[in-house]
Amino acid sequence: MTGLAILIPIALGMGLLGLVAFLWSMRDGQYDDMDGAASRILIEEEEL
Amino acid sequence: MNAPAAIEAEHPLATTRLTVPGMKCAGCIGKIERELAKVPGIASARANLTAKRVAITHDPALDEGALAAALLALGFESQPVADNPLGDESKERKRLNRALGVAGFGMMNIMLLSVSVWSGADGATRGLFHWLSALIALPVIAYAGRPFFDSAWMALSHKRTNMDVPISIGVILATCMSLYETVTGGEHAFFDSAVMLLFFLLAGRALDAEMRTRTRAGIGALLGRMGKSATVIAPDGTTRRVAAKDLEPGMLVLVAAGEALAADGEVVEGTSALDNAMLTGESAPEPVGPGAAVHAGAINLGSPLRVRLTHVAEDTALAEIARAMDEAGQSRSHYVRIADRASRLYAPVVHSLAALAFAGWMIAGAGWHTSLTIAIAVLIITCPCAMGLAVPAAQVVASGALMRRGLLVKDGSALERLAECDVALLDKTGTLTLGEPRADLAGLGAEERSIALALAQTSRHPLSRGLAAAALREGVVPAVVVDIREQSGTGLTGRWNGLPVALQRPEGTSDALATTLRIGETRHTIAFADPLRPDAVEALAALAAEGLPASILSGDRAAPVAAMAARLGLPAQGEASPQAKLAALEALKAQGRRPLMVGDGLNDGPALAAAHASIAPGTASDASQQAADAVFIGEALMPVALAVRVAKATMRIVRQNFGFSIVYNFLAVPLALMGLVTPLVAAIAMSVSSLVVVANSLRLARSARP
Repeated sequence: MTGLAILIPIALGMGLLGLVAFLWSMRDGQYDDMDGAASRILIEEEEL
Repeated sequence: MNAPAAIEAEHPLATTRLTVPGMKCAGCIGKIERELAKVPGIASARANLTAKRVAITHDPALDEGALAAALLALGFESQPVADNPLGDESKERKRLNRALGVAGFGMMNIMLLSVSVWSGADGATRGLFHWLSALIALPVIAYAGRPFFDSAWMALSHKRTNMDVPISIGVILATCMSLYETVTGGEHAFFDSAVMLLFFLLAGRALDAEMRTRTRAGIGALLGRMGKSATVIAPDGTTRRVAAKDLEPGMLVLVAAGEALAADGEVVEGTSALDNAMLTGESAPEPVGPGAAVHAGAINLGSPLRVRLTHVAEDTALAEIARAMDEAGQSRSHYVRIADRASRLYAPVVHSLAALAFAGWMIAGAGWHTSLTIAIAVLIITCPCAMGLAVPAAQVVASGALMRRGLLVKDGSALERLAECDVALLDKTGTLTLGEPRADLAGLGAEERSIALALAQTSRHPLSRGLAAAALREGVVPAVVVDIREQSGTGLTGRWNGLPVALQRPEGTSDALATTLRIGETRHTIAFADPLRPDAVEALAALAAEGLPASILSGDRAAPVAAMAARLGLPAQGEASPQAKLAALEALKAQGRRPLMVGDGLNDGPALAAAHASIAPGTASDASQQAADAVFIGEALMPVALAVRVAKATMRIVRQNFGFSIVYNFLAVPLALMGLVTPLVAAIAMSVSSLVVVANSLRLARSARP
């Protein structure tokens, strides 16, 4: 039982972390341009 | 993203969004973002490849025209995005995605606790786990269940029922039961079933919304090209800009070269050529002089015109067509999607079965607790997943497969209607043909070609554009021609190595599109043709094989239409006005046929909206693309035949999915009624059945292969 008191909050915390990360990434617009994101890695950055 | 370095407080930056349909690859994104930022007044640009849009942060002193010009200088045509055409839809999609994330989180954590309960936790541990589940499930259900509760409430308040009603009742009952069990320290709680049910159904909804926003994003706003303002000449000779909605009949307006007309009128002074492609779909420019009637949406290609307005705003021919389209489209909105038709039969059956189960077990003396558990199991096990998940899943997979072959389908109902079509009507110009004049450069040498390109690329005239495009395709480099001047109606002149050169109207009148290239005293005639799409014959044969005999319905003159019809072996009707096209479609529908309309011009707009299903090429006017159910890109006509084939395959899969669910319910419902199934087993069975229909739908990914 004492183990549960530690493990359950950890499990829930990790789940919550994942949820927060998902909501944040959506708010940040990371799913707005899926095709663009795939193409952008091909853009060569100019030397400044 | 980098914040703009230093924003002066007195100059807050404005943000403008432009649609850039030509943006296709990483190179385009790089070029737009890098080069636009160098333009004075523009702070930064951010391209969105999926939506084909560019958001530009700039000095408010720059207007949309200046931004569009900056993009054009980079080689991209663009149009300002109307204020908020898609905002609501993307908000809806985001809401569904958030709900899906929350439901996923809840489902996984509750499942974790449930597994321990099934594997034998009891006493205080079980009580604790139930309380924890309740603590997670209640907010999750309250949040993630909203889309269903709202929709069910909407239906009930209109005294109707839809598939969200049994879902909502099932979820709410299961939650209340579980809460009671938890409080009284009972053995079973069903929070897991309720949340899992929500998660799977939300997945289906999110897929459906995703499909709609994705494909609509590429399509511009209605009537975007109609002039938004005009230069009005006051009696005393002064000019001022007036917004299109404030124009009045009788006003005298000045239409500069390259400007779009904002209202209908009559030419008072000046001769020019108008590009009427938006109204008629005809690519050849129409010469106009004093006394000629001109229409809103036409673009002045030549010299400035003075036009006395006759019809403005809502009375223009363009607005008339838009209205006809709107009205014709109304009938389509009465189309009931297959999932709704099924749920209309399904929902009452589910409700009565669950109610019967409850009543039956109560009468049998099982006690209200057991009776209610059984009733919930019945509700959950019969959850209409085939309708909630399988139909959108099949349609998303099919539309994804079609998108890779160059056809954008706007929504699932379009696929359903496409599959039902039994006769096809095609427009000629721009649909069977490519719709743009292609220059035949075979008769020209390298030098002539480079001079022709140098002249042609300075003009907006359709023939010049066709010539420039043909030359650029062959890798011609423009010669250095100075002193280029465009005279409306006659052509372009310039000087090359001291010799006078010109692109001008050929002597003598003929129907064929042609232009004369003059270098010094030598003349070359460049012929233009509007070629048939390369695979038109094969595509029409494929359509016929799918059971859709085709015919031509065109607004062009009868002779070229008849020639085209004879060449393709199709029946044809020429010189059809937009109203005549609409009437032809209504007549077919009155005979009980389901016509598929393929057309591009604005004159096809009402017909596109009235047809059972419609497809427009990507080169069509914005209004036509808006009215059509699907848009195909590229030079091939085959995507049209492919769309019909894939739509039929999709409906076959959807029917299989329904068949599977019926068999599944046939087996599961009696077991649930007999009380042999707990709500948890019901939820697992339901999920497995969902996975089966999704897997079946995925087979469609291969359906668009040639």
